[in-house]
Amino acid sequence: MTTNSTSHEDAHEAHHAHSHGHEAGHGSFKSYVTGFILSVILTAIPFWLVMGDVLDSKVATVAAIMIIGAIQIVVHMIYFLHMNTKSEGGWTMMALIFTVIIVAIALVGSLWVMHHLNTNMMVMSPEMMKNLP
Amino acid sequence: MSNIQSQSAEKPQFYLEEDHHPEGSTNLGFWLYLMSDCLIFATLFATYAVLGRNYAAGPAPADLFDLKLVAINTAMLLFSSITYGFAMLQMERGAKQETLFWLTVTGLFGLAFLGIELYEFHHMIHEGATPQRSAFLSAFFTLVGTHGLHVTFGIIWLVTLMVQVSKHGLIAENRRRLMCLSMFWHFLDVVWIGVFSVVYLMGVVG
Repeated sequence: MTTNSTSHEDAHEAHHAHSHGHEAGHGSFKSYVTGFILSVILTAIPFWLVMGDVLDSKVATVAAIMIIGAIQIVVHMIYFLHMNTKSEGGWTMMALIFTVIIVAIALVGSLWVMHHLNTNMMVMSPEMMKNLP
Repeated sequence: MSNIQSQSAEKPQFYLEEDHHPEGSTNLGFWLYLMSDCLIFATLFATYAVLGRNYAAGPAPADLFDLKLVAINTAMLLFSSITYGFAMLQMERGAKQETLFWLTVTGLFGLAFLGIELYEFHHMIHEGATPQRSAFLSAFFTLVGTHGLHVTFGIIWLVTLMVQVSKHGLIAENRRRLMCLSMFWHFLDVVWIGVFSVVYLMGVVG
């Protein structure tokens, strides 16, 4: 029993070492530090924009926050979660793309439907009521 | 290695089936769990996006949020992400003590994050900004609270794994578990990017 599982352990170690390149990568010190530095910069910019009241336009500030946030999510995906198109034969990427589509439908759909609902549910005056068809 | 051999006599049965289920399938399965968790957060984000401006004549984000506190909180979670990365690098080297050290640091940063968040919640509730106050606050507490609960369970998981690693060493099972928690932890940091961007920063901008 003991020798059996020991040899199994060795075989597994060999398998692990062999298949290392095919699995989700574990990253290197350099990639973690790169990701960290990029994240710090991409976090600092939106906080600076809002706390320092840098941009005059609210729309521009919100757009900047969203774009920088999206970039930072991609940075985390690559440098911390080690996403790539090859891990698990591409299935993690497939699952991610599927999830992103569902998330986009849920977010955009909710906002779109509720915006129209709010627009069409305006408080009606008696005059408007009278003129209804 | 000697540690592994001394443990092999009491290996549980499921270990022997390991080579039928290569480590990769656990990673993919856990990734699918994370994606479904992502859908939970997406629905909560959608709820917040729809209800986030329904203040019911109550406090608005600009009255409630202290961005300095949120910035510190963000830094805590970001630091915990990189220290978990260092723990994974030490695990790759097979250095048990160093792995445990970096896991401890990660856990402390996680606890700091939770502490600051609980302080913020306590402060808000003390000011009357309770979840019952308005649709905005209900959506806020549900979204941010769900993320906080995830971090709480992540820390419980982290402590559990630290006990496992200190008892059994960096065996294949523990490496796999640490890998899963690594994905979970970094995933929570990704969700937090959405939280601080959409809830806090955009809330204060108005």
